[in-house]
Amino acid sequence: MISSRMRPFGAVVALLLGMSGPALAQQLELKLMAPAAPGGGWDQTARSMQQALVASGVARSVQVTNVPGAGGSVGIAQFVNGAKGDGNQMMVNGFVMVGALAMNKSPVTLDQVTPIARLTEEIQVIVVPASSPIKTAQDLAAAVKADIAKVTFAGGSAGGVDHVMAALFAGTVGADAKKINYIPFSGGGESLAAILGGKVTAGISGLSEYEGQIKAGKLRALGVTSAQRLPGVDIPTFKEQGIDLVLANWRSVVAPPGITPEQRKTLSDAVEKMVKSDAWKEILKQKGWDDAYLGGDAFADFLKKEIVRVTDVLKSVGLVKS
Amino acid sequence: MIETFAALAHGMAVAMQPMNLLYALIGVFLGTAVGVLPGIGPALTVALLLPVTYKLDPGGSLIMFAGIYYGGMYGGSTTAILINTPGESASMATALEGNKMAKAGRGGPALATSAIGSFVAGTIATIGLAFLAPWLVDFAVRFGPEDYFALMCVAFVTVSATFGDSPVRGLTSLFIGLTLGLVGIDKLTGQARLAFGIPELLDGVEVTTLAVGLFAVGEALYVASRRHHAEEKLEPVRGSLWMTREDWRRSWKPWLRGTLFGFPIGALPAGGAEIPTFLSYSTERRLTKHPEEFGRGAIEGVAGPEAANNASAAGTLVPLLTLGLPTSATAAMMLAGFQQYGLNPGPLLFAERPDLVWGLIASLFIANGMLLVLNLPLVGLWVRLLAIPQPWLYAGILVFATMGTIAAKPSVVELSMLAAFGVMGFLMRRFDFPIAPVVIGLILGPIAESQLRRALAISLGDPLVLLQSPMSATLLGIALIALLAPFALRGLGRFKANED
Repeated sequence: MISSRMRPFGAVVALLLGMSGPALAQQLELKLMAPAAPGGGWDQTARSMQQALVASGVARSVQVTNVPGAGGSVGIAQFVNGAKGDGNQMMVNGFVMVGALAMNKSPVTLDQVTPIARLTEEIQVIVVPASSPIKTAQDLAAAVKADIAKVTFAGGSAGGVDHVMAALFAGTVGADAKKINYIPFSGGGESLAAILGGKVTAGISGLSEYEGQIKAGKLRALGVTSAQRLPGVDIPTFKEQGIDLVLANWRSVVAPPGITPEQRKTLSDAVEKMVKSDAWKEILKQKGWDDAYLGGDAFADFLKKEIVRVTDVLKSVGLVKS
Repeated sequence: MIETFAALAHGMAVAMQPMNLLYALIGVFLGTAVGVLPGIGPALTVALLLPVTYKLDPGGSLIMFAGIYYGGMYGGSTTAILINTPGESASMATALEGNKMAKAGRGGPALATSAIGSFVAGTIATIGLAFLAPWLVDFAVRFGPEDYFALMCVAFVTVSATFGDSPVRGLTSLFIGLTLGLVGIDKLTGQARLAFGIPELLDGVEVTTLAVGLFAVGEALYVASRRHHAEEKLEPVRGSLWMTREDWRRSWKPWLRGTLFGFPIGALPAGGAEIPTFLSYSTERRLTKHPEEFGRGAIEGVAGPEAANNASAAGTLVPLLTLGLPTSATAAMMLAGFQQYGLNPGPLLFAERPDLVWGLIASLFIANGMLLVLNLPLVGLWVRLLAIPQPWLYAGILVFATMGTIAAKPSVVELSMLAAFGVMGFLMRRFDFPIAPVVIGLILGPIAESQLRRALAISLGDPLVLLQSPMSATLLGIALIALLAPFALRGLGRFKANED
């Protein structure tokens, strides 16, 4: 209940901007929309971009605006209608927005925006309480195949990346994804309590959210969703355990519809320069985000494929009526 | 135990460094300021300060955030008491009696009991945080969906304390609130309910918008409509500005009881600050020796909830520090603050960075003391606010309420909702319906619903799960007794009367 009730405050944003911009750069004066309340992942991404763009001298000033609401549905509607053709605006978005737009039957879709680049991603993990009889991903797969309704998954909001992942897991191991017993909690905090308290069979979340508990031995990680083992992560992937589940919670940045190819190039170049800057690398390290830069048409293709995949999964679990 | 004291003493040494004291002072000052403004909360302040504090050392900035957190909890009550506009939803219960006291010229004692109560509760709860955290977190984690649902049942039963004279009118208000609570995306299925295709409604009705609309805007409209009938004369101070011996005598127990509600419920992952304040309010109403004063400005009704909301703020830090589990918006921002320095709160934080944890806990004591020092002298200044001519005062309130709402969500829909709730608040006052149950319905309804459905989903639809958990069974029992006891007693009374 509480996590969704954070409140933005425009005047202070403006004030802080005045304080944080060393004015030694070129003409770019960008407006960056975070279609969420301050504090969440998209907001942090936007504010980190602001920091890196200005610090690396790519832009003279970057103004972050927050338009919270319905998993980004409110923000993207305002962005597509209000910023059309404006080559100085961008919006942060990510995996969760794909599902939110489909579920909310949003009249505005991600097909309308101009893709710029994927920036970061976070891999996902499935955990069980340390006392659970389930030891490996295959054990969980067996339990799911035996009686899918009895396996309760705790995770974030309905239709979000955790929910999609639960459905993909069930589908991949050969169970009927329609019948998954997925219990949404608001935010990682509440679901963590339910898992530690042994109320549910398994929990799904971004790896960083559970990392402390895994290291402390209170949770057992069954597998992560990266394609290969990542450096510093001592958890087997699902793939090496014979379950073809590869997925990442990505975040990206897009531009409004109707901009010229030159404008698109300017923005793409600016983002590319930012991604290569030391300031951005420093931020990634601090926040524990994985660099997943993918620019231009490659990102446009990726986005299209993700939209198809997520929409299919949501249809299969009945969250989106076809 | 000995180690805890040694660690705390060491923490005090960290927090007492002049620079850290300065950060704590800045923190409580900022916190009080944003707490006073409706719509702008401590979470947002911390969010906006994060990039600025990046260059500071971790200890200093976390100490500042803690100051903001406590200050915000405190500041919200000032406007609740003086102008019936709760700055945070956690200060709503305070407005019920506090504003009545202010109107009767007892704003001074109301502000004082809330300041001292906050201090007492904050201090006790911080001691609790220092000594009970590991034990309490164990309890909090075992608190499952069925237990939350049972807790909500207890809360629902106690809501009747805010009903006023007519249960039917009170229930009507409550159901309006429950209906408003249905608006938006259903948490468990992701489907939209009562949103009428308006995307802004998908996130539901914001508690502060409803509270500010009903309390502040409604009140302004009502006062304006009454102006030509009989002008209400407000005297800023009647009797003593300071708390009398009688006030002290009536305040100290509510402070302690409020702390007992606030701290453990605040430590629950889905506990929050609103529920303990209302539990405390209704408890004080039941236990008071001056029931006739409730509804007209009873000091117990200010002392209890104020203690409860500050204690819950300390409670929130239990899961944050021990599990890395943020349970409020502000706690989530503080977590982001920890992560900015590469620290991961959680089971390992106490072992890895004891200096920081204990410095933070020690600074909470200091922030608490500072709040008292900062606020008590201001009481005299605050109550002068009430001497402002009514048309100006209420025009100012309207401007504040509108600004706060737009700042929180810059959208036409939000502003229209504020106006609609304002008119609703006016009509409810005009026709004598109590207002608080609407807001309580909006807060409790969605929690009760989603926790019940979660519990049933986990148990595969078996309702017996509600009775199998000892905690849940106990709480449901308490709710049942609280619900039936008044009827039973009345029946017994009638029975005795018949015998005579």
